[in-house]
Amino acid sequence: MSVLIFIDHSDGHLKKASFEVASFGATLAKQMNTKANALVLGNVFDDLTQLGNYGINKIYQIQSDNFNHVDVKMFTSLIVQVVKQVDASVVLFSHSQTGKALAPGVAVKLNAGLVTGVCDLPKTNEGFIVKKTVFSGKAFAWVSVTSPIKVLTLNPNSFSVQIINENASVEPITVPIPNASVQVAATNKVTGEVPLSEADIVVSGGRGLKGPENWGIIEDLAHALHAATACSRPVADAHWRPHHEHVGQTGVQIAPNLYIAIGISGAIQHLAGVNRSKTIVVINKDPEAPFFKAADYGIVGDAFEVVPKLTAAIKEMQSK
Amino acid sequence: MKILVCISKTPDTTAKIAFKNNNTQFEDAGVQWIINPYDEWYALVKAIELKEKDPSIVLHLITVGGADCDAIIRKALALGGDEAFRVDVESDDSYVIASQIAAFANKGNYDLIFTGKETIDYNGSAIGGMIAALLDLPYLSLSTQFEWNGTEAKVTREIEGGEEVDLVRLPAVISCQKGMAEQRIPNMRGIMAARTKPLKVITPIAVNALTHIVTYELPPAKAGVKLVPADDVAGLVKLLHEEAKVI
Repeated sequence: MSVLIFIDHSDGHLKKASFEVASFGATLAKQMNTKANALVLGNVFDDLTQLGNYGINKIYQIQSDNFNHVDVKMFTSLIVQVVKQVDASVVLFSHSQTGKALAPGVAVKLNAGLVTGVCDLPKTNEGFIVKKTVFSGKAFAWVSVTSPIKVLTLNPNSFSVQIINENASVEPITVPIPNASVQVAATNKVTGEVPLSEADIVVSGGRGLKGPENWGIIEDLAHALHAATACSRPVADAHWRPHHEHVGQTGVQIAPNLYIAIGISGAIQHLAGVNRSKTIVVINKDPEAPFFKAADYGIVGDAFEVVPKLTAAIKEMQSK
Repeated sequence: MKILVCISKTPDTTAKIAFKNNNTQFEDAGVQWIINPYDEWYALVKAIELKEKDPSIVLHLITVGGADCDAIIRKALALGGDEAFRVDVESDDSYVIASQIAAFANKGNYDLIFTGKETIDYNGSAIGGMIAALLDLPYLSLSTQFEWNGTEAKVTREIEGGEEVDLVRLPAVISCQKGMAEQRIPNMRGIMAARTKPLKVITPIAVNALTHIVTYELPPAKAGVKLVPADDVAGLVKLLHEEAKVI
């Protein structure tokens, strides 16, 4: 019995979400009086033993040049074999694109109950009961997992990493490697931008900005805060901004530390995608905008006047 | 070619989320039910587009649930599809749902199984991946484009930090999201035709749930907004820095 954490890496580099899920897994392992181990597939440039800082004990690694792309069927088979070999009873993923692709198949092959979008540590004193977000963040459900093995995916930005020092060691592990199930023809990675789901701060614009040519003020503010940019659904539908920036019930659901909504009225579908943000700031010229009811801080004013001043004030604070 | 599209019933996106019976059940009084948007706008419409190009395609719809799903599956049939199937069992465990669909699909020799990327109620993102694993098929998650040339499918999908274009031989399971297709409104002809399209009720297979929902809770209410005058952005920066400690 142990906790096995799948560590996703983007092009050989460890990511914030991987440290979160490592720390979550180590904390859970401690609670269950067992060890937390990690599984890494492929070649990684970063020092894997730094996962020890987050409480990881052993890091099982299968190195291969064939793992540069996440082939769902191949990865599922590898993970399942490792889980059986190391006798893990809890398997953790980040609720990322990779975790969403892999966790359901891994659960099926292990006959394990699956809970996705987990947002808090499970209750393990009686059974195994996990809190997850439902209704696109408008509510939570506590889900009881009754199978011997449990598979969970952890929402990004929902668990604060804790430093637990363990001396982690990397151990090669050998399992048969199946053939790839798809042939990768191309990959297009967005480089240089902060990925929306991982961003600590998100600056978002809505129809109140009147047109794509006015997005400079959003981008300037985002740059000043090292934030990701996002938008509301009408903005993406009008092709003012790319679809991958659309946050809301039918877009990306995010939970940053700070969400700044500019010129967004705050329709219930939009709120569903952002209401897990820790702090929400709303800038809107309409004092009746429903978003103010869901906000922590607000400015009633014209975005074109307020936002550049806000960017300047932030830069001034940072220069002190 | 045979395509199976998985359809789920969800509360309307504007529905008020509340719970009853000591927070153990969703309060459905007054709730309008819709086809899960990802299933409808992307999975179903994409399948309809493929059939429009090649009318020899057989397009089946499947849902898992009680008789209260019939209105939703009829609505889906009004958009398109030849025939619909409802596996007559209710469950909040994704493994049970996926097992029912996989058992049905296994007998039907489908080349393609389309699902939405998730439902907007349970947000599981689980059914497509589970069906693929149960049937031992390739799984293309979070797909935004699909092209079929007669021998091979070209699928663009969202991955960590970007997108990937995959070539895959069918059969395969594809989970669909924005980009796949555009929302359609059913026309009167479609609505009339849907009334006479077959909707068959399927007896479920025996399968044990591995999870169940114990209780629901709502997030704590916000304390209320602190308004800062528009000419005092420095005041807002100070609050964010010193009080909220987020910048």
